[in-house]
Amino acid sequence: MTAVQARPGRVEVHGVHKSFGTHEVLHGVDLVVEPGSVTVVLGPSGSGKSTLLRSINHLETVDRGFVALDGELVGYRRKGDKLHELKEKELLRQRTRFGFVFQSFNLFPHLTALENVVEAPVSAQGRPRREVEAEARELLSRVGLADKADAHPRQLSGGQQQRVAIARALAMKPAVLLFDEPTSALDPELVGEVLAVIADLARTGTTMIVVTHEIGFARQAADQIVFMDDGRVVEQGTPAQVLDDPQHERTRAFLAKVL
Amino acid sequence: MTLLENRADAPPAGTPYDRLTVVKAKNPGRWVATAVVAVLLAMVANSLITNPRWEWGVVWAYLGEVSIVEGVWMTIKLTLITAVLGFALGTVLALMRLSRSPLLRAVSWGYTWVFRSVPLILQLLLWYNLAYLYQSLDIGIPFGPSFASVETLSLIDKFGAAILGLGLHQAAYSAEIVRAGILSVDQGQHEAAASLGIPRRRQSTKIVLPQAMRTIVPTAVNEIIGLFKGTSIVYVLALGELFYTVSVIYGRTQRVLPMLVVAAIWYVVLTTVVTVIQYYVERYYAKGAVRTLPPTPLQRLRGNLTAGLSRVRSTSDRDPVTR
Repeated sequence: MTAVQARPGRVEVHGVHKSFGTHEVLHGVDLVVEPGSVTVVLGPSGSGKSTLLRSINHLETVDRGFVALDGELVGYRRKGDKLHELKEKELLRQRTRFGFVFQSFNLFPHLTALENVVEAPVSAQGRPRREVEAEARELLSRVGLADKADAHPRQLSGGQQQRVAIARALAMKPAVLLFDEPTSALDPELVGEVLAVIADLARTGTTMIVVTHEIGFARQAADQIVFMDDGRVVEQGTPAQVLDDPQHERTRAFLAKVL
Repeated sequence: MTLLENRADAPPAGTPYDRLTVVKAKNPGRWVATAVVAVLLAMVANSLITNPRWEWGVVWAYLGEVSIVEGVWMTIKLTLITAVLGFALGTVLALMRLSRSPLLRAVSWGYTWVFRSVPLILQLLLWYNLAYLYQSLDIGIPFGPSFASVETLSLIDKFGAAILGLGLHQAAYSAEIVRAGILSVDQGQHEAAASLGIPRRRQSTKIVLPQAMRTIVPTAVNEIIGLFKGTSIVYVLALGELFYTVSVIYGRTQRVLPMLVVAAIWYVVLTTVVTVIQYYVERYYAKGAVRTLPPTPLQRLRGNLTAGLSRVRSTSDRDPVTR
């Protein structure tokens, strides 16, 4: 449990607009995530959840608005009234403060589980390999994969791959963990093992933003639930507020379908 | 329907199933085809051995002859240097083609267009005659003073022209091979590397290129084998590689066919070596792409031997009566 220290990780999203071609997928999203809290983003497919998450660590550039982590702009530097795009190098440094877990895992298939976890702390943070390796083994055992350190991703089940991906994200000691539908590509019986690892992390006080369709998980682990539809935040609040007493018609219709 | 028929054929109840024996399906067509091919092979072997005009004695005598071996060495040198030059330049061209700068993209496209369009033999002769266009080559500030100057003829001799011609031509093809390899790597790999903050150069060398190599290697080896044989075209420059050497010898001795066989044998040997290397290189880059690596030829041989031995042992152990 020493590998991840709870550190500030306050995320602010202000008026974010984003278009793909002529199609605007985010129409001005505002969101505040307090340090150490767990935010679950719910909403139908195509509501912009994933795009919002990818905008937060600047995998997508936004057209208007901005994202800040602990008061520091992500992807830009402000000079007067102008936002200057950061150089690739500085952007990569900022990204190390976010851990990102993909729907399709995106493990590096030619590297072993251990090498997947070790790569970034060594090459992006310049930490000594031996120290990182010891820590990586600890992380792998924490996600229940101590014996799979030398396996290649294709030799692992989907659930195991996703747990390696979580360990890989944790190895950077990020301030914020972003999960993009982490269980959507898994067989139903493998969903539980991954959600258990995420719920376990939630209790350690890491700031987390989770895009998911797992309502049960949201109810159990979330401090805040955000419901999005058509590129806007429709409703947000505690699980009790949003899930049990939704105020908005769209939220009610969505929950009626998935619950 | 078939189910009912099968049921009708089923042995009466109470038959011990382990007594049922399996009779292999007969395949007469396969036997006929095998016999025909065997006869054809025998005919080929017979004519190779009995026809004295093949002059195997001459072939054997020239196979290790000094000038031939020097020719082979020149062929190897030409191939290796142009393959390295071609793929180095090709990688640069591929990265330019994938760059965000329109000028870099256009130049890369234009290069491939020109060098793929002009026949290699023409390119070789053009480079060889470069001295006619430019008597000297200068190093200096563009449009400004020159610091050093060399005679073109002394820099681009036969060998230089051959390297330039083959290498620049090869680069155009290699560029497309490398580009295809890079495009074959899943977009998620770039994103994962970026989201982890892995430095740009490391993303290419450690994450993308090793995966691209799976696509690049088979086609690249194809190109190198093509290059091995393609070097024979530089005989137009009278450069002493394998084919030119052979043609000089048969011009003198009139033993045309045996000398062509000598050259053919050497080309086959060189190609075989490259093919063996390819197997191991592909195996190396298959790491992680397949669940278990295919065995090396040595491992397979050993596996077959032990399997065969154990089969022999188990059959001899078995009681002949129960069989």
